[in-house]
Amino acid sequence: MDGEKIKSDTKLDKERRTFIKNVLSGSIAGSLLLVLPMGADLVLGDSSRPESDIPEQIPGIRGREWDMKAHRFAFIVDITRCIGCGSCCVADKREYQIPDGFYRTWVERYLKDYEDNVYVDSPDGGVNGYQTPRDDLDVKIRDTFFVPKLCNMCEYPSCVQVCPVGATFRSPDGFVLIDSKRCVGCAYCIQACPYSVRFLHPVTRTAEKCTWCYHRVRKGLLPACVHVCPTHARKFGDLNDEESEVAKILSGPGVLTVLKKDMGNHPSLYYKGLRREVV
Amino acid sequence: MNPLINYAFPNDLHVHWSMMIVLYPYITGIVAGAFIVSSLYHVFDVKALKPISRFSLLFALAFLTCATLPLLMHLGRPERNMNIMLTPNPSSAMAGFGYIYNLYGILLTLEILFIYRPTLVELRRKSKGMMEKVYMLLTFNSDNLSERAIALDNKIISFLAAIGIPMACVLHGYVGFIFGGVKANPIWASPLMPVIFLLSACVSGIAGIILVYAVIKKIKGEQVDIDCMRTCVNYLAGFFIIDFVFEMLEVFSHSYLNNWYHHSVDGLLWGPLYNSFWVAQVGIFSVIPLLILGWLCLTKVKDSVYRVAAPILGLMLLLQVLFMRWNVVIGGQLMSKSHRGYVTFHPEWFDKEGIISVLVIMALPLIVLFILSKIFPFWMDEETEAVR
Repeated sequence: MDGEKIKSDTKLDKERRTFIKNVLSGSIAGSLLLVLPMGADLVLGDSSRPESDIPEQIPGIRGREWDMKAHRFAFIVDITRCIGCGSCCVADKREYQIPDGFYRTWVERYLKDYEDNVYVDSPDGGVNGYQTPRDDLDVKIRDTFFVPKLCNMCEYPSCVQVCPVGATFRSPDGFVLIDSKRCVGCAYCIQACPYSVRFLHPVTRTAEKCTWCYHRVRKGLLPACVHVCPTHARKFGDLNDEESEVAKILSGPGVLTVLKKDMGNHPSLYYKGLRREVV
Repeated sequence: MNPLINYAFPNDLHVHWSMMIVLYPYITGIVAGAFIVSSLYHVFDVKALKPISRFSLLFALAFLTCATLPLLMHLGRPERNMNIMLTPNPSSAMAGFGYIYNLYGILLTLEILFIYRPTLVELRRKSKGMMEKVYMLLTFNSDNLSERAIALDNKIISFLAAIGIPMACVLHGYVGFIFGGVKANPIWASPLMPVIFLLSACVSGIAGIILVYAVIKKIKGEQVDIDCMRTCVNYLAGFFIIDFVFEMLEVFSHSYLNNWYHHSVDGLLWGPLYNSFWVAQVGIFSVIPLLILGWLCLTKVKDSVYRVAAPILGLMLLLQVLFMRWNVVIGGQLMSKSHRGYVTFHPEWFDKEGIISVLVIMALPLIVLFILSKIFPFWMDEETEAVR
């Protein structure tokens, strides 16, 4: 009898031990999963995993060879929808690990008083969201709105024109990109960009700017900022695809504007409902 | 500006082209201006400038050797600087600099070697050891001083000096165009920019030569050639009057055009640049020198007074051009492309592009000039035979 009890106790002990072991190894393995970086590369770059793990966001790209001439991408920012939450800036900063004080994209806050004075600010590029009103203004505000800014992907880009070594270029699919391995860091492109979307990256010491997440677009994914925008104020798509939202907006009757039209750069970034105060 | 209304784009808070890019056009300007002085003698036969005709070439060469230093200090990736010549982008205003700079360097060196050839041959005969080897190299081991050889030399010198004038103009007018071609910046985007840069280059070059010529002579306890000095000052007056007129025309046009684009320029000149533009560049270093120039050129000033006044004037105009470069390069970046506000620039002392670097880079050409003086005699009277 006693012998049996002892036997069952050791059995129980063994089960308990295995249980604790399993729990421990499970939680260690689980926490490792949390700790290990799961970048987009790991998910998308690994050929053993099908791309379909992440649903396609831009139709007509996956499963076929990239045709440089097949697409005509456009970016539309709908001012009337932006709530200044700063999610786009956070997504961008995470996607590219941009150090503080440098901005690939930012959100401006416009306030207008009854005397038509315009007060603009963009603390930290709006990355923290506009959670409280401006406390330094002692005027009655008539109107307020937010304006996200990013690369205008010009058809005639000044930055490409002035780059002395051809490190900045406009690819045939319409993206203005930078070859950071060629860039000498002269900052001429930064001077030439009418929209101030460029900066000299303090670590690489080469020019840097928004790319409309070219690496994501090539995989059929939306730019990070478009993907996270909770109010759908940022829209992106292929104008050659008549079913795309951007094509419909651009062919529709709504008012669309580009920034600094007189510069003659022909941006592919359009603003819906843009106000005349915005530069 | 009212800080509540002041808004600069977040990326505009960094002044990417800082003091090194102020020095770059300043130094190339001095090079181009000094060359013009020597060409006045070698091409236009202004005899009074003979005493400094050689010195001005070496002065130009000394500054030319240091002209790329500020650029290298400024580049984010200086180790890739050769990309500008290896893979130039033909549409870029900046891409031609490497070629223009090097061609000009070759031309200037050749001209100096040809002008000095008889002297160098003579010096080679007199010297021993290492200096003999140096002179052998510099004369390409040729000691032919026959009449025919000298006549050929003179032809080559005239040719080099003649093509040197447009090249000096291209060198510096081009630097002006690097700024003038930036349409995003209203204070830069002006067809007058290359012209103003070129004229101010002539001013700084002549002013620099007057100052350094006077200082060297003072140190050696010799007298400056007063005719030469007066001629220099007269040319300086001519160039500076046109330069200043264009500078003011630029400002006047901006404020008269008065469109939204140019409002930012007005706000800049009367705001953050008030002291460095109106007080320094225009007031102290332009109006006062203009008065001094009028006094020196239009009245009969005693030689002894002239000998003191001219170098002071030279120093003032050197500073005028330095302030002008500062106001264009740094000033242009102080207005945000938001056209709603301005930023500030605080020079650092020990930065790569800081004040110490500026002082070192500005001292280097003078050191190079000193070394050159040990090889090439600056003044005609130091030579045994007077050649050309």
